[in-house]
Amino acid sequence: MDIDHDAIPPDVPDEDRRFFLKQSMFIAGLSMAPVDFLQAALAPDDGPVGNAVKVKLSLTVNGKRRRISIDPRMTLLDVLRENMGLTGTKKGCDFGQCGACTVHVDGRRTLSCLTFAVMQHGSKVTTIEGLSDGEKLHPLQEAFIKHDGLQCGYCTPGQVMSGVACIREGHAGSAAEVREYMSGNLCRCGAYPNIVDAILEVKKEGAKV
Amino acid sequence: MNRQSLDNPSDPSLSRVDGAAKVTGTATYSAEYAIPGLVHAVLVTSTIAKGSITAIDSREADAVPGVLAVISHINAMTIPGWPPKKQPAERVPPGTAFRVFYDSLIYFDGQPVAMVIAATHEQAMHAASLVRVTYQQEPHRTHFEKNIAHSGIPLNVQRAKNSPFQDYERGDAAALRDAHVRIEAEYTIPTQHHQPLEPHAIIAVWEAEDKLTVYDKNQGVKSAQGQLAQAFKLPRENVQVVATYIGGAFGSGIRVWPHTMAAVMAAKQLKLPVKLVLGREQMFTSVGYRPYTKQKISIGAVKDGRLAGIVHEGTGQTSMYEEHLERTVLASRALYACPHVATRYRLLPLDVNTPTWMRGPGDATGMFALESAMDELAYALKADPLEFRLKNYAESDPERNLPWSAKSLRECYELGAEKIGWKNRLPEPRSVKRNGMLLGYGMASSLYGFHRHPSKARAIMQADGSVIVQSATMDIGPGTGTAMTRIAAKVLGLNAKKVRFDLGHSALPDAPGQNGSSTIPSVGSAVHVACEALKSKLVALAGEMPEGRKSGGQLVVRNGRIFSSQDDKEGISYADILKYHYLNELEVTEESKSGAERDQYSMYSFGCHFVEVEVNPLTGEVRVTRAVTCADVGAIINYQTARSQSIGGVVGGIGMALMEHSEMDHRFGRYVTTDFASYHIPVHADVPPIEVYYIDKPDMQANPIGSKGLGEIAIVGVAAAIANAVFHATGKRVRELPITPDKLI
Repeated sequence: MDIDHDAIPPDVPDEDRRFFLKQSMFIAGLSMAPVDFLQAALAPDDGPVGNAVKVKLSLTVNGKRRRISIDPRMTLLDVLRENMGLTGTKKGCDFGQCGACTVHVDGRRTLSCLTFAVMQHGSKVTTIEGLSDGEKLHPLQEAFIKHDGLQCGYCTPGQVMSGVACIREGHAGSAAEVREYMSGNLCRCGAYPNIVDAILEVKKEGAKV
Repeated sequence: MNRQSLDNPSDPSLSRVDGAAKVTGTATYSAEYAIPGLVHAVLVTSTIAKGSITAIDSREADAVPGVLAVISHINAMTIPGWPPKKQPAERVPPGTAFRVFYDSLIYFDGQPVAMVIAATHEQAMHAASLVRVTYQQEPHRTHFEKNIAHSGIPLNVQRAKNSPFQDYERGDAAALRDAHVRIEAEYTIPTQHHQPLEPHAIIAVWEAEDKLTVYDKNQGVKSAQGQLAQAFKLPRENVQVVATYIGGAFGSGIRVWPHTMAAVMAAKQLKLPVKLVLGREQMFTSVGYRPYTKQKISIGAVKDGRLAGIVHEGTGQTSMYEEHLERTVLASRALYACPHVATRYRLLPLDVNTPTWMRGPGDATGMFALESAMDELAYALKADPLEFRLKNYAESDPERNLPWSAKSLRECYELGAEKIGWKNRLPEPRSVKRNGMLLGYGMASSLYGFHRHPSKARAIMQADGSVIVQSATMDIGPGTGTAMTRIAAKVLGLNAKKVRFDLGHSALPDAPGQNGSSTIPSVGSAVHVACEALKSKLVALAGEMPEGRKSGGQLVVRNGRIFSSQDDKEGISYADILKYHYLNELEVTEESKSGAERDQYSMYSFGCHFVEVEVNPLTGEVRVTRAVTCADVGAIINYQTARSQSIGGVVGGIGMALMEHSEMDHRFGRYVTTDFASYHIPVHADVPPIEVYYIDKPDMQANPIGSKGLGEIAIVGVAAAIANAVFHATGKRVRELPITPDKLI
């Protein structure tokens, strides 16, 4: 494994930078190591998980630093849902085809099911739980309720996270543009027209998103 | 978007009561309950379509750290409610629900053959990939067209003389033979899958040796409770089923499926809470589908455009072990005033898993054929398709010879035609282009039977004057809680904020599952009568108070307060009444069900859809550019959520018409469309603005709230309207869904 030092976001604290590099090199070494070395390399508290070795990483989730030790096969989605109890991010397909798992990683919309958590060491992740300001809903959340941009609600967190990004990216200029840039977020109930209305209204009213 | 009807000032809508929970991600779905000590199960599924398992080698899987068990028919527990296993294993006769891990026999590709349970999902996934299953393969039959000779009258129908699926005939067959214009055509819909965004999931917890709680994605907690209690031979109350939030289902959650049983078995065997979530690919073989169906319609009319006869035949696929029957041909008996109608329904058993009800089951399939055929006949008659339908308008039910309880389909047609601009449509197909695209307009009618099942609701007035209403009904997305809150608030004259509605738990008062557009008609009625009963009790209690006695028994209930007379300005609040009588709460439970009216009237929801399409003349790509949907479903309880449901039906219809097709590789009897990249459902870019209109006239013959079902009628007919618009745009009649570009170039 090549380590791209520049890939570590600059705002990761030094402590975490060192930690990440150490971890990364450990993983890089392991991938080429013979099996018996692998076994020997395991520290007792890093015991085998499946056929994998637990990896420590640090993530900032919804503004809070979280240090966790995980199975490296875990996707960011599963870490959020299973380890952090943040079940607002949904698993719809696990193949990156439905958008239900959309979160923001360092401000960009990202399919958390297509992202191994270990790839996000030092990243800032925002999930649906972190979008509202305490009890005060985000303007797009309000607009989804107002326009009934949801039915069963399962695709909704992903739609909202994508919708916010769509506005921030400057891709909410017209209904056609919104439809195009939201097409990675599937909704089987068919709330699409209401979702488009919600996004267009928030964009038009110019609230800070 | 149509704002006109949304901004109906006389009927402001209530925003979805669980909207905030859903937009903030705090709504908890089946797989999301934080149960301590939870372990994870992953299914291993068969890779042959027919045969038997000869060996299961789980040694590698067992060796994976974290793996707790590999369960298969070899070591699965005995389910007390199932018959003893036969040695050697014998194939079940048709009509037997599939029993998971029961014996070595394989009935379909994708059948669960083993299950790995491990401490984490990753461990279970990895170990599941290491389970080696060997089979003795037998030749399978999965190709519908090649096996149609094996179709026949369903055994269920052979046994039940009064089955609605019996062959039907009215009038004189000579009428159709002698018709001036006659069309005969075959229509095909492929297998289509529900694919709700939330995969089916369950957490099974044995609280004690004989007490089970499941957090399961399903559409009927009471029915799931009954089925699980029966399987494990437990008293009903020892099984609790929780399904507060359901991430869509569209019919896929009506039954208790094998994966649910598997998780419950694993939890029992391991004495640990077990979570099982189906993978998206497993959703294609685990929870049913809309069956591949072939239909033949012969339809004729006399010169003036009156129908002479309709013969509608349909054959649907089913599994080798169960019969799934649908209303495919039934609408042809009731939709039009036609002297001669004959219907025949057949099933074709194949080596596949059993189909199930999918939104508008049977009717959406049948209406595609009937309303396509009506359109074809209209063109053959050189008549306007809408005029032709109006000419054959059924003023009473021609099947049962009964008056309709209410029918405003004519008004639906008129409204829809006006909104889409039908009168400006040039009748000639392929005659209009817009921006280089072929432009077409099409329409179709919709009808769906009225279903009302006995339902109970409990209404509890709290000391603070707020009310809790409860029923074991469900919300798979239409906004059940919102509509019920509206009904309760209206009866009690309360602000909706003072009403809480509880659903989705089997401990609540009996209610039917959410299917067949029956929730509002059934549970809505129960909520209505329960709140009326609560109000009566409150009035009686108020009458015993000093202020009440003044009235001489003529109390007036207004805005959540009870007044001694019309002039009384102050009145008594509900909270005052409870306080005066030293009551912490006041509770009533009421049941509501159909009566004699079912024999006096024929009851249906009606509607119609108008669509505009653009077809690229070079690529054959079809775009729905506008849709207008009108429904006559009696009273609309909550406009905003109803409108969303109607929009959703049209979106589902766009998928059905233009893209949804579960493709099987018949060499293996296996689906090749196993994800959203291959099984296409409509995305944002496929969906135009959709206008929704309701006639909104209460049908007081139907039930105390005058409201009929909306969920199915929203999709029934949409595919035909689109196919008809495509014909108008291109001059090409596509009788096999989906209408993909290859069929137009």
